[in-house]
Amino acid sequence: MNLNEKLLGAIIGAAISAGAFATAADAADTIKVGVLHSLSGTMAISETTLKDTILFMIDEQNKKGGVLGKKLEAVVVDPASNWPLFAEKARELIAKDKVSVVFGCWTSVSRKSVLPVFKELNSILFYPVQYEGEESERNVFYTGAAPNQQAIPAVDYLMSKDGGDVKRWVLAGTDYVYPRTTNKILEAYLKSKGVAAEDIMINYTPFGHSDWQTIVSDIKKFGSAGKKTAVVSTINGDANVPFYKELGNQGIKATDIPVVAFSVGEEELAGIDTKPLVGHLAAWNYFQSVKTPENEAFIAKWREFTKNPKRVTNDPMEASVIGFNAWVKAVEKAGTVDTDKVIDTLPGIETPNLTGGIAKILPNHHITKPVLIGEIKADGQFDVVWKTKDLVPGDAWTDYLPGSKDLEADWVTLKCGNYNTVTKKCG
Amino acid sequence: MQISASRLARHLFLVLALVAGLLARPALAQDISGALTKLTADSYADTGEAIADLATSGHPRAAVIVQAIQDKTLEFDAATKTVAIRAGSGVVDAATGETIAAPPAGLSPVRVNNRVRSAIAAAMGALTLMSPDPAKRREAAEAVFKSRDQDALPALEAALAKEKDAAARTALQTARAALVLAKTGASEADRLAAARTIRERGDQDAVSLLRSLPADTPAAIRDAAQAGAKSIETSLALWNSAQNALYGLSLGSVLLLAAIGLAITFGVMGIINMAHGELVMLGAYTTFMVQEVIRTHVPGLFDWSLAIALPLAFLVSGAVGVAIERTVIRWLYGRPLETLLATWGLSLILQQLVRTLFGANNREVGAPTWMSGSIELGHLTLTTGRMWIIVFALCVFVGLMLILKKTAAGLQMRAVTQNRSMASAMGIRTPWVDALTFGLGCGIAGIAGVALSQIDNVSPNLGQSYIIDSFMVVVFGGVGNLWGTLVGALTLGVVNKFLEPFAGAVLGKILVLVFIILFIQKRPRGLFALKGRSVEA
Repeated sequence: MNLNEKLLGAIIGAAISAGAFATAADAADTIKVGVLHSLSGTMAISETTLKDTILFMIDEQNKKGGVLGKKLEAVVVDPASNWPLFAEKARELIAKDKVSVVFGCWTSVSRKSVLPVFKELNSILFYPVQYEGEESERNVFYTGAAPNQQAIPAVDYLMSKDGGDVKRWVLAGTDYVYPRTTNKILEAYLKSKGVAAEDIMINYTPFGHSDWQTIVSDIKKFGSAGKKTAVVSTINGDANVPFYKELGNQGIKATDIPVVAFSVGEEELAGIDTKPLVGHLAAWNYFQSVKTPENEAFIAKWREFTKNPKRVTNDPMEASVIGFNAWVKAVEKAGTVDTDKVIDTLPGIETPNLTGGIAKILPNHHITKPVLIGEIKADGQFDVVWKTKDLVPGDAWTDYLPGSKDLEADWVTLKCGNYNTVTKKCG
Repeated sequence: MQISASRLARHLFLVLALVAGLLARPALAQDISGALTKLTADSYADTGEAIADLATSGHPRAAVIVQAIQDKTLEFDAATKTVAIRAGSGVVDAATGETIAAPPAGLSPVRVNNRVRSAIAAAMGALTLMSPDPAKRREAAEAVFKSRDQDALPALEAALAKEKDAAARTALQTARAALVLAKTGASEADRLAAARTIRERGDQDAVSLLRSLPADTPAAIRDAAQAGAKSIETSLALWNSAQNALYGLSLGSVLLLAAIGLAITFGVMGIINMAHGELVMLGAYTTFMVQEVIRTHVPGLFDWSLAIALPLAFLVSGAVGVAIERTVIRWLYGRPLETLLATWGLSLILQQLVRTLFGANNREVGAPTWMSGSIELGHLTLTTGRMWIIVFALCVFVGLMLILKKTAAGLQMRAVTQNRSMASAMGIRTPWVDALTFGLGCGIAGIAGVALSQIDNVSPNLGQSYIIDSFMVVVFGGVGNLWGTLVGALTLGVVNKFLEPFAGAVLGKILVLVFIILFIQKRPRGLFALKGRSVEA
């Protein structure tokens, strides 16, 4: 061991013990809230905003006097877009920092990676991103959309007269679990609606795919068979910019072949010249352009907090806000931050969302949401062109896949995340 | 003379008939009040109907109103049933064009979605068929061709009768054929002729039209249409291969740009520089900075932003490259493993630095007008931006070749890499040549970044997606040979694009990788292996 290493060791040791002292001193009069979002690496582009959102919510809550008379204290860690590191950092948050709740994760693989940790150490995770469903865990609350709260209503809209009476479908996605599962569900759903197999084209591309020339011209060809065609895009964040640029360059307008995207929001559009994209669609449960008093107040405070008068908001942010508010309500109702008590209190908790509705935590740990379809405007915002009449309850197990349609999740009466209604057994 | 006189008479008659038709429809003209009322309903379905009504109303202001909907300057107030067009600071009444002195407070724009946009396109097609501008008429004919709106047939025939411009005439004839082909009442001979006209158009739209005849079409017409569609598809298949080759060249040129800097640092100098991608990224961010400055200070220069960014990107990336060489790499010459690890670390540092400075989000780099859009050449679509990148990549290649082969600096670079001690003995300051050669390779990476900012995300991760591909190209082409890099890049691009339609993008990429692994087994030194003393060194 040379001198440098010794020095480094000493510094690290000092830092750890300092940290330990700080936590010991603070533990008594604050409630700790873990934030587990990537601040570096590929996912930083999306997740950094969610970290800021939780910090903002904590700040707001502390201005109101905190929770149960105690101030909230954020513990922010950086899992660096590295899936195994997510599990390590989760363990660190729960075991070492003793946080009462964790807000975090974006990709499904990161969520799957931390699940065993949350189960083993019995803590609570709020997951704020739309995902492929097929999961319901006791320790996780899913405040993003399940497939029936995003993908299926979007397809319904495109099939309607207003959406253009679409008869032919391109399901384009990045090659990983969320697009593959969603497309499997959508394919089964479209077939159940009488769409022939030759009218569905499925295409997968690698992460960060940047050369879309062939695929876009294939889509163009597929779309000129005389039937109205639409693209359902589960293309992941970074690959979207070149995809939309190529659409614009090859002259595919939204009136010819509309693209409805499930992962493109206000943040992603900030990096593109949106003029050629006007009219393409996105399906979410929230848009920044929704005109409600709650939303306008939220945007104003958010911009004040971030000191950026142009800062945009997006759907996963709203889901984080809903999750945070629901947790605060549950803790106040239970009168404690004890994990088991809070988990039992959360189902049934209602908290207003930002689009004028009520988000209710359901026994399957999903929530009720409105579904909105927005058209891209020239300024990179969305114009809401369609909205479900009622709130849609999130369904953990889709009704359109053979293995999953018999399953049910209910943590209140059945105490089970995957109860089989045919065999009457859990698991 | 006789014929032309009779033609003139027919034209005159048609024009008169048209004018008479317009004048003789005051009852219809008044009818737009019904359409305007529908516009105040704030429903997409009603707006679409109103636009269709306007298109057939023959009202002189119909085109203006539809255009206003498209421009989002048409506003309505549901309470007072006012429909007005916003013009500057005031508003004018939609139906009369007179200024409204006291507009109602509740005016809000008529909302537009895709369904309404399609209706607008169809209506504008029918309404602008008589436009004095031949290009506009061509567009209008194209819009009618797409909308296949049978109501537009009389207007189309009237326009066709007085059309003189050859291109517009062809467009009008094709549009007319599209309508006649699908018209149940038309005679069989007419419909067969229409099928032939559409067959001549020979593109994908024609195929789709020929394949989607109404169900009650007689068998003879249906057969003719199917045969036409088939013959078009055969010729399109050929065009398609040409298009794929072009896409391949385009992808190849991108690979060439990304790899050519590496061909110097890795190929000529033998340094495994894992931070190469990040130097490309720095070039892209330089372009972003240049555009930001131009946007805020001299917007008129925007079309020149890329030209201005080029030398700056070269300097920025080159300077960072020289700094890396002087501080890190020169201590590690002859230790490739340590160089790899050190530059990998550097790449992470540069990424996080940019992320901290500019934020993790993508930055918008705009395309100058001469780089947007596409050109149609026969049935090939050439994206202008991509074409420029092919040209640019070749220019960079030639330029670099000239520097290496024709300049004193190039000679010194080659001398030092081929025989360091001999070059040193001849009085060349080898450390400085090393630094400058490395700087040159990095500067070229920066230039590549300017081009890549046009087609990819400008984000801190930009470089990561190119580093593997770049090494692949250099190794495949043959280390130490620029020609190898050129041929390697273009080959990989074309192979990739021909595989993609069959195998899909994911499998295509895997197949290319497997192919390279097998190839390297057979020819470890790549396509163009260097021969001579430097190989053994």
